[in-house]
Amino acid sequence: MKTYLPPRFVVERDDSRCIRCEVCVNQCTFDVHAYDAQDDEIRSREENCVGCHRCVVFCPTEALTIRRNPLDYRENYNWRPEIIEDIIKQSETGGVLLTGMGNDKSYRVYWDHLVLNASQVTNPSIDPLREPMELTTYLGRKPDKLEFGPLGLKTDLTSQVKIEVPVMFSAMSYGAVSLNVQESLARAATQMGTLWNTGEGGLHPKLCKYGGNTTVQVASGRFGVHPQYLDIARVVEIKIGQGAKPGIGGHLPGEKVSAEVATTRMIPRGTDALSPAPQHDIYSIEDLAQLVYALKEATNYTKPVGVKIAAVHNSAAIASGMVRAGADIVVLDGLRGATGAAPKIIRDNVGIPIELALASVDDRLRREGIRNQASVVIAGGIRNSGDVAKAIALGADAVYIGTAALVALGCTICQQCHTGKCTWGICTSDLRLTKRVNPDIGARRLSNLLRGWSLELKDILGGMGINALESLRGNRLHLRGVGLTDTELEILGVRMAGS
Amino acid sequence: MISSSMTESQTVKVDARALSHRELNAKLRELTSNGANRIELHNVYGQRYIGTDLGKPVRIDIFGTPGNDLGAFMHGPRIVVHGNAQDGCGNTMDDGEITVHGHAGDILGLSARGGKIFIKEDVGYRAGIHMKEYQDKKPVAVIGGTAQDFLGEYMAGGILVVLGLNLKEGERHKASFIGTGMHGGAIYVRGEVQPFQLGKEVGVVELDENDSSFLAELVREFASRFNYKAEKILQRKFAKLFPLYLRPYGRLYAY
Repeated sequence: MKTYLPPRFVVERDDSRCIRCEVCVNQCTFDVHAYDAQDDEIRSREENCVGCHRCVVFCPTEALTIRRNPLDYRENYNWRPEIIEDIIKQSETGGVLLTGMGNDKSYRVYWDHLVLNASQVTNPSIDPLREPMELTTYLGRKPDKLEFGPLGLKTDLTSQVKIEVPVMFSAMSYGAVSLNVQESLARAATQMGTLWNTGEGGLHPKLCKYGGNTTVQVASGRFGVHPQYLDIARVVEIKIGQGAKPGIGGHLPGEKVSAEVATTRMIPRGTDALSPAPQHDIYSIEDLAQLVYALKEATNYTKPVGVKIAAVHNSAAIASGMVRAGADIVVLDGLRGATGAAPKIIRDNVGIPIELALASVDDRLRREGIRNQASVVIAGGIRNSGDVAKAIALGADAVYIGTAALVALGCTICQQCHTGKCTWGICTSDLRLTKRVNPDIGARRLSNLLRGWSLELKDILGGMGINALESLRGNRLHLRGVGLTDTELEILGVRMAGS
Repeated sequence: MISSSMTESQTVKVDARALSHRELNAKLRELTSNGANRIELHNVYGQRYIGTDLGKPVRIDIFGTPGNDLGAFMHGPRIVVHGNAQDGCGNTMDDGEITVHGHAGDILGLSARGGKIFIKEDVGYRAGIHMKEYQDKKPVAVIGGTAQDFLGEYMAGGILVVLGLNLKEGERHKASFIGTGMHGGAIYVRGEVQPFQLGKEVGVVELDENDSSFLAELVREFASRFNYKAEKILQRKFAKLFPLYLRPYGRLYAY
């Protein structure tokens, strides 16, 4: 069938700069560039270009420019090019449209409508370069009250996890991302005193040594979940849902289940790894409590058990149930949370923005007097340290970053994760591509990112005259809203700027 | 494994009455780490997760009714229930054995990757759901009675055997949607199952020689635990249910 899809991008090659080195030919996994030996010319199949910019970055003479193909359909606000092209694609394939990464639609980004406070005159700001500034965060259930005896603290604390920076790496499974990516994350987390997360694909033996900085996931497929996996981990996280695809299970296609991926998932090579939509032992809050305590028993109460849900309409009530079910960490993944593969229609239309979910969950747990019983961690669209500070002020204990971490490794968010052809070698199990991420360099890039954000967070705190992140946590007076309606301000629990 | 010559005096008896699941499991951890290899639990009233986190081939006899998630994430123990088991028996089990002299509830052996489960009588819904196998690990569940709907749903590996010993002459098995989404493993059914009871991803074949000898061995193991005669059970015809497609959901997507 002839495709009616026009090329998305235009490849411009400056012939006076091109030295026919074929780097672009070798770097592109979508077969855009090809060398024609007869004419000594590099030609392009622009219809294949996904705009990943791998060739642009690696062209030694900067001969390449990739531009959006100006799609001059007749102007129509309703029938935009993307919508037209989705219909074309489905009429040619008859399938569910798949995509990767997070929701790219123009839903309001509330972080961009929140501003932070700073000290002026009436209270002094602090210079973090010369004064101690604390970002240390403890995740886990906190007691209702503390009792002290002559020998000190009498209250038995449940297991707490100390992280030095309130930013952790989101769940990205081996199979979705490569082992080199996971190793980069694990090493950076270890260097920076935070946690990385295995996702639901099990733990590769090579990464067991980073166990003290590892969160392991238990999801509906239960892939790679065995006693050693639970023993090694610092935190066990039950995955109920994911912001990119709330309510949807996952299918890791057989062709991505390589020999190595099969080892960590503990399934035969080449079989589809199906994660059912629900966990079939959890149909209620009571059932969730059962799995939470099954995992606590299986690990002899030595580590916190978290529960991750996608942020949906009634998250606040669900989160209350999760805390009562024994979750030590409540993880909320918002509308803009990313994925290695999800139906586009789900990614783009299901769930709620994380800012609103966080505000309502924190508020609900406080009103019920159970906020201390669990840490709240959010994921889905955290882009910089400003977002982190705003999230902490809205009530989060810590945040997860996924997309931002991948961007640090080279990702340009071209949204082709589901194809397995990631030119940056991130979201693929093709061994020719995975070596494009060098764990030495990857870990350094990620550590650098966290270091930069830590310094910025300290600057933000110092400017507010605060010397510990704990003092900003849930302190919404340090936030003001700009360009928000009364209802939005009310849900966020934030006053209008100027008031 | 436990030697059959072990004397009664080496058995540790625990009165589980009024113990919470946390206290009971702590007791089991303590006993097994002190070297107990045969434990009897008496007056068990619904305590959950019995047998988890022990990691040793200890034999545990349970008198009373254990609660949900019996042997969850279990690796090693041999549990014998002298009564009924509840939901989630053998949940995500890795290795070991559970024998139940009675019924078991829903999601028997959910996501189990190894070990053996023998149930004397009936089981509830979704037995064997998402069981999977890996290298030399192959979970096995043998059910003496019949099962409810969605038997072997999403099954990705392992072996389910349903014997239907309590079905009357001409009475068919209870379950519908058997093997829905199944993409690995096998289900052996003794007694009558109509095509409408099967999930659309499931095929039916007669047993070949390999199947028969493998199955005979399993049935003998089952029979020895409950004092049945294996030969009598094996006289009746079995059908083998198998996944028609290894990738049932491979053609859903537009890339």
